[in-house]
Amino acid sequence: MLWIAIRMLTGDAQKFYGLVFGIAFSTLLITQQLTIFVNLIERGASGVYNVSSADIWVMDPVSRTTDVAYAMPSTALDKVRSVPGVEWAVPHIRAQASVRTKDGDLEGVAVIGVDDATLIGLPKRMLEGSTDVLSQPDSVIIDDVGTTRMFPGQSPIGERLELNDQRAVIRGIADAIPSFTSTVVLYTKYSQALNYVPGTRNRLSFVLVGAENPLEAKALSERIERETGLKAQTRDEFAQDGVQFIIENTGIPLNFGITVMLGFIVGVAIVGLTFSLFIRDNIKQFGALKAIGVTNSKIRRMVAVQAGLVGLTGYGLGVLGTVFFIWGFSGDPTFKGFYIPWQIPLISALAVAVILALTGWLALRNVLKTEPASVFR
Amino acid sequence: MGKSMDTTAIGGCNPEAAICTRGVTRDFEAGQQTITVLHGIDLDVRAGELTFLVGESGSGKTTLISIMCGILWPTLGEVKVFGTDIYDLGDTDLVEFRLQNIGFIFQQYNLIPSIDAANNAAVPLIAQGMDRLEAREKAVGMLEKLNIGDQAGKLPSQLSGGQQQRVAIARALVHEPRLVVCDEPTAALDASSGRRVMDLLRDVAVAEDRACIIVTHDNRIFDLADRILVLEDGRITHDGKDMPEGH
Repeated sequence: MLWIAIRMLTGDAQKFYGLVFGIAFSTLLITQQLTIFVNLIERGASGVYNVSSADIWVMDPVSRTTDVAYAMPSTALDKVRSVPGVEWAVPHIRAQASVRTKDGDLEGVAVIGVDDATLIGLPKRMLEGSTDVLSQPDSVIIDDVGTTRMFPGQSPIGERLELNDQRAVIRGIADAIPSFTSTVVLYTKYSQALNYVPGTRNRLSFVLVGAENPLEAKALSERIERETGLKAQTRDEFAQDGVQFIIENTGIPLNFGITVMLGFIVGVAIVGLTFSLFIRDNIKQFGALKAIGVTNSKIRRMVAVQAGLVGLTGYGLGVLGTVFFIWGFSGDPTFKGFYIPWQIPLISALAVAVILALTGWLALRNVLKTEPASVFR
Repeated sequence: MGKSMDTTAIGGCNPEAAICTRGVTRDFEAGQQTITVLHGIDLDVRAGELTFLVGESGSGKTTLISIMCGILWPTLGEVKVFGTDIYDLGDTDLVEFRLQNIGFIFQQYNLIPSIDAANNAAVPLIAQGMDRLEAREKAVGMLEKLNIGDQAGKLPSQLSGGQQQRVAIARALVHEPRLVVCDEPTAALDASSGRRVMDLLRDVAVAEDRACIIVTHDNRIFDLADRILVLEDGRITHDGKDMPEGH
């Protein structure tokens, strides 16, 4: 009977494709929007992810994220270094600046000053040039987003910039995860960054710490807080705070939530309507089957198989569509590193299951309510 | 009025009757009103006969046939089909009883449009759990018996009305039921096609151990009946070989 159920469904090509389209569209909308949402909010932690060697980030107690930081006095570095369990501690500065290109364009950039001696604070990989270029005078390394934005279609290497009235020369391109706002980032040595970024007496944004035992980073961060009065967070905690900041301070969750909900509603509407039409068109056949001697439980299984087939096909196409979308935009630095977390297809699968259970149940009610005797009327 | 015979029999059922109804009454609720469509029908249908159930629209013939084949519960009364009190069976057992013992031919045929003639004819066998290919093979055999074996692979939409009717007949007979119920089998056919279908039904559906009831008001085929029951306002008013005068 299940074979007959499938043939009944696929035999009506118009409705079958309508149902598959409804599920595929819903899945695409839910999966794609959730994927973009998750990847976007994870950009709130990109500053942390880009510095993979630091186990602990130490900052002023009011600082919240890599981009929302209150500067500390330079003595904070020594305080942190004196805490037992700290293997190394280096200064890290993050500040905003304006840059003028040789064409006269103005761009807001983030200047990141990394430790002069160890260069800890730089992204792990370089796309062009090596980290050693920072030893040359006025050197900066630009991230790939900056390359695309400020020098589209050309190499930025050797380009001169006017960075807060100071001369800067681009000598490398870093392979970095873009920030939430996709701001252009210029990396330079800490000492050089102090020249580029005019400011108050205190300009040390963070102290990056390597733990003697990375497995005890949490305990060490608590010890640093106790002994220095500063705020210390493990890498994971600080990354989570960056994500949380985006969630709490932007309308992104609401906007994406609305789109995901719309995807769900559209799915219910399209699939519900088409499924109901399909059942209505076949109600005589179902009535005949019931009269002949097909039990209600077999009818339920038939409708379940029809829903399952539509669900699997539509869901597969929807997820595939999302994969193609992510793959298609992977060359754009704005979408760099986007991935589909395994939880998202699972969530869309659940949403599809709910859509089909709801619409299948509504359609099935009509079939079950149909009196076999109605075939004689 | 014709002979009264066993249609008004009182008391227990004749054990040889294919279908036996005693005191079958059926009410329908229409708003606040209760309408009685059947008034205590007592009837025995014999095997080996082509029995016509005739009456005007609204006379209760569809209700009666629905009750006799176990798809509509009577408000009162008893129905035995080949000795089984079908409304004493549980829901699932009743469905199973229909599947094993009754073949249906519907006025609109109700064939599944997306499967071919052979598979349509095989539906009861598939529902009984037979392997689909085996069921199809058997159904093709039945279609051949009905002279449309060459149409076995065609969809219902590719068949003429008469051919669809034959597929419906094949579906009703493929599982060798003991009771065959036909609803207006000739209503959609011209006179000659209608007679051909009736001849066919007489050939394949009437057997010593099988009862065949046909609901119709097609007076072109009344002469083919072995027995005609006339229903008027929920009561059997005639039971005989021929139609009463004036109808």
